Amino acid sequence: MNPPAFEYFAPTGIDEVIDILAKYPGEAKILAGGQSLIPLLKARISSIPYLVSLSEVKGLSYVDEGKEGVRIGAMTVDSDIENSELIRKKFPVLHDATEQLADPLVRNVGTIGGNLSHADPANDLPAVMIALDARISVQGRNGLREIKARDFFLDTFTTALEAEEVLTEVTIPFWGKRSGGAYVKFKKNTWNFSVAAVAVQLELEGNKCTRANIATTSVSAKSGRMESAEKILAGKELTHEVISKAASEVAASAQPTSDPYGTEDYKREILKRITREAIRKALSRAGEN
Amino acid sequence: MVSKKHISITVNGEAKETEVEPRMLLAHFLREVVGLTGTHIGCDTTNCGACTVIMDGKAVKSCTILAVQANGKKVMTIEGLSKGREKLHPVQQSFVDKHGLQCGYCTSGMILTSYWLLKNRKNVTDEEIRAAISGNLCRCTGYDNIVESIKDASKKMEEEGDPIEEHPEIKVRA
Ligand SMILES: Cc1cc2nc3c(=O)[nH]c(=O)nc-3n(C[C@H](O)[C@H](O)[C@H](O)COP(=O)(O)OP(=O)(O)OC[C@H]3O[C@@H](n4cnc5c(N)ncnc54)[C@H](O)[C@@H]3O)c2cc1C
Ligand code: FES
Ligand code: FES
Repeated sequence: MNPPAFEYFAPTGIDEVIDILAKYPGEAKILAGGQSLIPLLKARISSIPYLVSLSEVKGLSYVDEGKEGVRIGAMTVDSDIENSELIRKKFPVLHDATEQLADPLVRNVGTIGGNLSHADPANDLPAVMIALDARISVQGRNGLREIKARDFFLDTFTTALEAEEVLTEVTIPFWGKRSGGAYVKFKKNTWNFSVAAVAVQLELEGNKCTRANIATTSVSAKSGRMESAEKILAGKELTHEVISKAASEVAASAQPTSDPYGTEDYKREILKRITREAIRKALSRAGEN
Repeated sequence: MVSKKHISITVNGEAKETEVEPRMLLAHFLREVVGLTGTHIGCDTTNCGACTVIMDGKAVKSCTILAVQANGKKVMTIEGLSKGREKLHPVQQSFVDKHGLQCGYCTSGMILTSYWLLKNRKNVTDEEIRAAISGNLCRCTGYDNIVESIKDASKKMEEEGDPIEEHPEIKVRA
């Protein structure tokens, strides 16, 4: 089915994008890859009078290594992140997530900026960016500001972005030498979202874990950190018992709801299992460095 | 009244210029404006991949892309694979040889996704094939013959090369 009619703009500069968003408050929306937005329009779940495409704005698609971290442009498609050697080496948690996100054809079009701005609690990249302590750059009429990923996701489909702001870039800071991460996702088939997924990023010193970030997908109203579970790992040697305790804590503190993907109890059980697996994988990757 | 947009899309090597309503989907543009009906619409909800085309070197679902988003881009449809040649493209021939289709509804999408995979990877494994076609559904074959077809196509492409290499405008980039 066709989407409902809308006016379409494809300006070549970010400033113009912001001007158009500001001109039609509440009625204009950005179009990135459209892999969330177009299905919503086609199903007539949303109707948006003015669409502002980022497709003609040059220079928004890149994965660049800087001194302090890696910068990724908002319009970088998931498959370009998936195929980046730099990402695979430095941030395997992000590689894991992009490799399992939707299907290869959707990944060829869907963008990191769209995945984060959409803020569906079932989107995979919010949890990954929270776990990596990433920072999100947004540009609006008052210039540029940076928001920590952990403060960016406010609620289901709601972020810290103002209506006339554009997400332009994501910065992932380098972690210490002995660090590593993993994203473990449990889904029933390719085209469905996950029942649950978890992102873990760890840093080690000697045989102890000095820094641990855990964030979840699909099991709360928004992607968020699991601080009580992180505390169980921090400062300890990650033995079997410690890992199990943290995984149980993640399962206990998540807020899944019963839906066609499964009952609440089922999701907690899955979460416990995949969290154990993600911590073990992250630990072994950190240990290899 | 919504204003129409002027677009120019290179389809199988030929520039197609026209005015379209912004809400027109690329799949409809290809089928109804350009008249190439080899691109199928199956689910119309981004799940099945029957509508797969190659846009600027990447396999994409044309039911979930606006024609205006494809402005200035190069699109290849199933018709482009053997355009201007007597013989089928090696990937098409492999689907015939290995019985990779029954009703044929999914086939144009399946073949284009396979082509995109094979342009990017040599010596593909079963696992890589199955991952690559995970966004293309087939309700008939049970997939095994499709996987065999793609393995065969991989061999054929190694041996015979890709005839499309002659058309740089629709060349798939890694
Ligand atoms: C079959 C299918 C399966 C999927 N499975 C998964 C999955 O497993 N995991 C997953 O994470 N996602 C999944 N998705 C969603 C997909 O990854 C989307 O591509 C992604 O969520 C949105 O990215 P986009 O570039 O397509 O954004 P769009 O659809 O263009 O935009 C989404 C929203 O973000 C806003 N927006 C986009 N870019 C910006 C920006 N730069 N600044 C401000 N606002 C912006 C838009 O206004 C819109 O509200 C799936 C989609 C489909 C169709
Ligand atoms: S028709 Fe486009 S994915 Fe099914
Ligand atoms: S051959 Fe019938 S759907 Fe694939």
